[in-house]
Amino acid sequence: MASAANNPAEAAISAEHLVRHFGKFTAVNDVSFRVEKGEIFGFLGPNGSGKTTVIKMLTGLLPLSEGSAYVEGLDVRSDSEAIRERIGYMSQNFSLYFDLTVAENLQFYGRVYGLDPARLKRRLDEIVELNGLGPYLNRLSAQLSGGWKQRLALGCAMLHEPKLLFLDEPTAGIDPVARRQLWDLLFELSGHGITFFVTTHYMDEAERCSHVAYIYYGKLIADGTPNSLRELPDVQPPGTMRIEISTPEVTRALRFARQIPGIRSATIFGQSIHALVEDHFNLDDLREQLLKNGIAVAEIRPLAPSLEDVFVELTNKHQALLETTHV
Amino acid sequence: MFDSFRGFGAIFYKEALHVRRDAGTLFFSLTMPLLQMFLLGFGVDTNIRQINTVVYNADGRRESRELIDRMKNSDTFHVIRYVENDHDLNDLIISGNARVGIKVPVDYSDRLIHNMSAQVLVLIDGSDSSVAGQAINVTTAIGLDESLRRVLQDRSTFAVEMRPKLLFNPDSRSPNFFLPGLTAIMLLNVTTFLTAFSIVREKERGTLEQLFVTPVRPYGLLLGKLLPYLGIGFFELCLILTFMRFLFRVPIHGSVLLLALLALPYLFAALSLGILISSKANSQAEAMQLAFLPILPSVFFSGYIFPRETMPVIFKPISYMIPATYFINITRGVILRGAGIKHLWTDGLALCIIGTILLFIAARRFQKKVIMA
Repeated sequence: MASAANNPAEAAISAEHLVRHFGKFTAVNDVSFRVEKGEIFGFLGPNGSGKTTVIKMLTGLLPLSEGSAYVEGLDVRSDSEAIRERIGYMSQNFSLYFDLTVAENLQFYGRVYGLDPARLKRRLDEIVELNGLGPYLNRLSAQLSGGWKQRLALGCAMLHEPKLLFLDEPTAGIDPVARRQLWDLLFELSGHGITFFVTTHYMDEAERCSHVAYIYYGKLIADGTPNSLRELPDVQPPGTMRIEISTPEVTRALRFARQIPGIRSATIFGQSIHALVEDHFNLDDLREQLLKNGIAVAEIRPLAPSLEDVFVELTNKHQALLETTHV
Repeated sequence: MFDSFRGFGAIFYKEALHVRRDAGTLFFSLTMPLLQMFLLGFGVDTNIRQINTVVYNADGRRESRELIDRMKNSDTFHVIRYVENDHDLNDLIISGNARVGIKVPVDYSDRLIHNMSAQVLVLIDGSDSSVAGQAINVTTAIGLDESLRRVLQDRSTFAVEMRPKLLFNPDSRSPNFFLPGLTAIMLLNVTTFLTAFSIVREKERGTLEQLFVTPVRPYGLLLGKLLPYLGIGFFELCLILTFMRFLFRVPIHGSVLLLALLALPYLFAALSLGILISSKANSQAEAMQLAFLPILPSVFFSGYIFPRETMPVIFKPISYMIPATYFINITRGVILRGAGIKHLWTDGLALCIIGTILLFIAARRFQKKVIMA
């Protein structure tokens, strides 16, 4: 590994052995990762797995129980005030003042970051232009739709030209079109050299990130580019392949498939089953066996693992690990 | 130093916008105290007059009738019924129709004529201590006076004559007593609630957490929250004083300017209390409960209704911790007694100290605020 990669000053975020306890509960357990400048870093995990806790630790809202972290080269344990000047944060619930207008919300955050009037004016113009908020400036933010609230919250979080933006589930509860538009905006901003730390539940969003990490019950169980994760031996063990079985009777097919030797694992994905099978497995045999049992099969084809497959595999493996260590 | 107040301007600006936008709440919180003022100012009279009285005059001759007349003329007793036996006398008191029962014995006139001591039975319902106290005082005084009149034929030769003079409130008007104290309670109400709510609302919305990720410092945040409501509290004070002076005709003997000046530390203490409440409460309902907590001690332990002098020793320290205690002394001092800064500066100082301590604790709590994931 190159020496530059170990230098926390070079990274947007460098977290080492982060631990956070709440009483006896360990919400974050020895989490280490590194986000390079300009990346769109997708931070994934089930609800309650510690995503928000990690964000709060990195933004100085929560002290670390153990470990160390550097944000934009600054130590979160001692320089959290300097960090706050350099980062933007958008929380899950669009922290806007609903009784203020769009313009007033922006004005307020501009003042909070101490922008001088000339710079404030310039930034307001830029943000309004970029986020397309122009027609809504004098509207109360309570009256905006979810997508526009989100854009306004993003605008408020980046008025002070932060180099790094934390977005905690930015697309939760907004419609698909607004979701896509927000991502287009993130890509555009990322092109300007801004780093994004994004948590999400949507796998299609995860696929768009340049770097993803997956946290499961406080443990980081995957970290890399989406492509490198697909090639992990845990996900795609040597001598196996992944197939998709499309069928109208997914539940029956699943029960059946799990009994067939040679199928290592199987999971339902909508109207199909994704299964990990051994290389020598004959797909035509499988089709016949299914048909013989009265299960209609539309199609069986090989499949590259999606990120969702990756996380399902890793979660299962980790869950099994947790159970064996507990017994 | 300046740095630890960072964000003050921004928060102040925003808070002013909130207040302007939510004029309904503001109007409500400003007029509620005035309503209380009307109720107490017009509806409550602390002077005890015309106590319902039942009389059983077993004697019935001139001397006994004269005695009853003197009682009636005192303005303290209002005879609702004359009865003819002990049973009726008792019954009217037990039923609550009469608070006082007077029984003149059958030999009252005879004993007086033979220069013997005559006894009159006065039964008093003790369930209201102030009514009972007044009844005891007046009957004793009438008895004493009646005795003296009989012993001394020439009334000008009293050896000792007490001449009480009521200072500051010569007509002993209730509004003069109530309204200056009520001012303190009403200001506490308005300011504590408004600040507590303004912060808890931000907690509920999540905007407070957002602010913690910005360069805003706790003192900047708290003072920015505090000052707009200080302005509102001050405006409320002017409103209350105007109504008190011109509608309820309570004369202000001291300097209004001094009163306004000393109101500032009181408002500061009350607002800091509101902020402290908001550091504890996580929802508006919780804030509501907590904001009611200081109201009762402020009414009962501050000397507003019951004199602090008669408080049991263990409660005295409590009264010293209550901001209203000092401000009631200030309002009564300036308004009724015409007191100046040299009489009241200690109260002002105490309020400054209480306010600073409260704000300090609140700021510490916000600094340490750990927001759970």
